[in-house]
Amino acid sequence: MAVLVIADHDNSALSDATAKTVTAAGKFGGDVDVLVAGKGAGDVAAAAAKISGVRKVLHVEGDAYEHQLAEAMEALIVPMMGGYDALFAPATTMGKNVTPRIAAKLDVMQLSDITGIEGTDTFERPIYAGNAIMTVTSSDAKKVVTVRGTAFDAAPEGGSAAVESVDPAAGPFKSEFVSEEMVESDRPDLTAAKRVVSGGRALGSAEEFERIMNPLADKLGAAVGASRAAVDAGYAPNDYQVGQTGKIVAPELYVAVGISGAIQHLAGMKDSKIIVAINKDEEAPIFQVADYGLVADLFNAVPELTDAL
Amino acid sequence: MKVLVPVKRVIDYNVKVRVKSDQSGVDLANVKMSMNPFDEISVEEAVRMKEAGTVTEIVVVSIGPQQALDTIRTALAMGAERGILSKTDDMVEPLAVAKVLAKVVEEETPDMVILGKQAIDDDANQTGQMLGALLGWPQGTFASEVKSDGGKVHVTREIDGGLQTVALEGNAIVTTDLRLNEPRYASLPNIMKAKKKPIDMKAPEDYGVDLSPRLTIVKVTEPPVRQAGEKVEDVATLVGKLKTAGAV
Repeated sequence: MAVLVIADHDNSALSDATAKTVTAAGKFGGDVDVLVAGKGAGDVAAAAAKISGVRKVLHVEGDAYEHQLAEAMEALIVPMMGGYDALFAPATTMGKNVTPRIAAKLDVMQLSDITGIEGTDTFERPIYAGNAIMTVTSSDAKKVVTVRGTAFDAAPEGGSAAVESVDPAAGPFKSEFVSEEMVESDRPDLTAAKRVVSGGRALGSAEEFERIMNPLADKLGAAVGASRAAVDAGYAPNDYQVGQTGKIVAPELYVAVGISGAIQHLAGMKDSKIIVAINKDEEAPIFQVADYGLVADLFNAVPELTDAL
Repeated sequence: MKVLVPVKRVIDYNVKVRVKSDQSGVDLANVKMSMNPFDEISVEEAVRMKEAGTVTEIVVVSIGPQQALDTIRTALAMGAERGILSKTDDMVEPLAVAKVLAKVVEEETPDMVILGKQAIDDDANQTGQMLGALLGWPQGTFASEVKSDGGKVHVTREIDGGLQTVALEGNAIVTTDLRLNEPRYASLPNIMKAKKKPIDMKAPEDYGVDLSPRLTIVKVTEPPVRQAGEKVEDVATLVGKLKTAGAV
């Protein structure tokens, strides 16, 4: 048996989500190969080869792969699947974008965002924003799976897999990269951060959001997140959003500031190890999941907390 | 330009989901149902394109039970021209939905299909991409902006860490993310008008698509419950607790 894992990367570094996906693929069983498709991604291929448990790395270079566009990835991976029993990808925006196209071409019903594996045909995945957990068996001959990063530990380094060069698929493809606007930040990535501080609508404005949340994040070395209400109100950019429709995080420490704790927000953070909630409404649902709750005006409490740390 | 917008009837966004005690699924009896919120954004986007003069006809399609007619009527009241219901009482998986939609596209020949990026019941996030692959169309998923420009569709996408813009050639698939627009509420006159708009009744068999599920549900369970901790008096106590727990 063999599993192909799609590596998620930016051509210079391999994402942590890839090593977590390798762990999930290992639980599925069989040999695990990692596909690194990119442009100038030699360092990424070398990093993937060091992940413990990887049999070999397939390295594809091409202009169309610089941004891993779905159409080019589909053309590359579908023919490769003859030699594999399963395709695993991290449930990042790359994985979510690419894998369903391959599943459809293979006539396979994909399993999205899995959080558990039992044997080779039974998978666990959250539905209804994590308010229910579904266990399903798949009758498809091949499995196509995306893996929720917070549910699996990253496979450690320590491997020394061979890197094999593979030809890119022949284009042209019907989609083309135009531009990218990445948020520049010295802070850790939200989904990989050990600590996350999140702000809600109670912050009142984009200026106050920055003024209150950023110093606390800097003090803790934390990533900054936000509730959907804060994002909708324009206080924080969309990629800060934690919840069912945003990012799923599970850091060591999660500090929720002025967040009431709507179901859809809890879905994105309730697996955090320690949750702190600061809210002036003592009835706020966030307190039902918080390890430490402080009923206080955030505009006083958060600066005081920042100073005390 | 003609646009096809698939819509799904799902449990309302604000309803607290309850798992059935026999672990067979989620209790949907007597629960408020609504249009999937991402599909509302898709309908809104199509209607705005029509108002801007780039779209001439919007067709709405749903695959679901008789009650999905209400969902289609909602879209018609927002500004779509006509609807198609492919009626089935079975649970239909994204792969089968994509296959039915591919047949609808064959019949209706739209220039673009706009879908919600995911439905808030199964959270699969697959149908649009699958439809793209079956049709051989390019896709712009998780869209926060859609523009037609010199025969190409430019889609700005919400990706991890920022935004990415892609240009799609020819017929295109767009899947919508939250920031694309804020859907309108249909006005009463438009709700009345929507009652007269035509809806075609179909069955999945009309499209010759096998809807048999590939996945079998073993069980549906409640997620592990997180216990509430303690309330602390002040910031100093909080810092003390966090230090003891080794969190700071």
